[in-house]
Amino acid sequence: MLVTTYTATVTVRPKQGVLDPEADTTRRALERLGFELQGLRSADRFEVDLEADSAAAARDRADEMAERLLANPTVHDYEVAVAER
Amino acid sequence: MVVAVVQFGGSNCDRDAVRALSHVGVDAERVWHADGLPDDVDGVVLPGGFSYGDYLRAGAMAARAPVMDEVRAVAADGVPVLGVCNGAQVGCEAGLVPGAFATNAGVRFRCERVHVRVERADTPFTSAYEEGAVLELPIAHGEGRFEAGAETYSRLVDDDRVIFRYCDADGTVGAANPNGSRGAVAGLLGDEPSVAVLMPHPERATLPRLSSGDGAGILRAFAR
Repeated sequence: MLVTTYTATVTVRPKQGVLDPEADTTRRALERLGFELQGLRSADRFEVDLEADSAAAARDRADEMAERLLANPTVHDYEVAVAER
Repeated sequence: MVVAVVQFGGSNCDRDAVRALSHVGVDAERVWHADGLPDDVDGVVLPGGFSYGDYLRAGAMAARAPVMDEVRAVAADGVPVLGVCNGAQVGCEAGLVPGAFATNAGVRFRCERVHVRVERADTPFTSAYEEGAVLELPIAHGEGRFEAGAETYSRLVDDDRVIFRYCDADGTVGAANPNGSRGAVAGLLGDEPSVAVLMPHPERATLPRLSSGDGAGILRAFAR
């Protein structure tokens, strides 16, 4: 079976409704610098290089990484995007 | 008969915990996480500190260390397990306790003395106190805001698993909440009733010349 190298990009962000004090503080700092903005959200992005038989298999593995470590389901949502390298 | 104070890279309250446990008559020793728990372990303390530099999230790395499988196993056998500060974050991340400790609502690191109210006195960790007693304990954390989903939180309340709430000096819960915790939760029981975590530091409030001494009763859970 052909093995392909993928990059799975895992984006982890605070759940809707969960306080994000770091984003709030960053927003205030931008406003202090004179910028106008209506909102600011922060997220962590992980780029995971992996070899897999298919994009679906790569996505499944990255999903499990997010479930088990990269995100904390109590406070985070995450999304996974897979691309061939 | 020994209580293991599990030391991870970046733990920094492990010596204090051993000293405070000794003060209340508990034989305790520091155990490097990679060495595993001693066979005759009678209790486990997950101490405060900044394990693995708080990488990813506070406690996230230590929670996935193999020793935590052993901690889960002994907790299931009824061995008392107490997570303090970073140890509380490790306990949440390891799934011993529901919820999460997130960045303080005010973003600042809070290092001060606070009051907590004992919400129930019928647990090993609180039986030295009366229900409703007000303790003065130090906190020192940047990520102590207890978060739980609405469903999880109401289950915690229904099951009476909150053991400490932040409060005023007179015991009123409401305005005093140093980190914005949901329900002013400062400490709670785990899924196993032998497990408890709290953000304040009982080991820093045990030796009489250093502190209120109010934390000693929590550590006496290990004296039974």
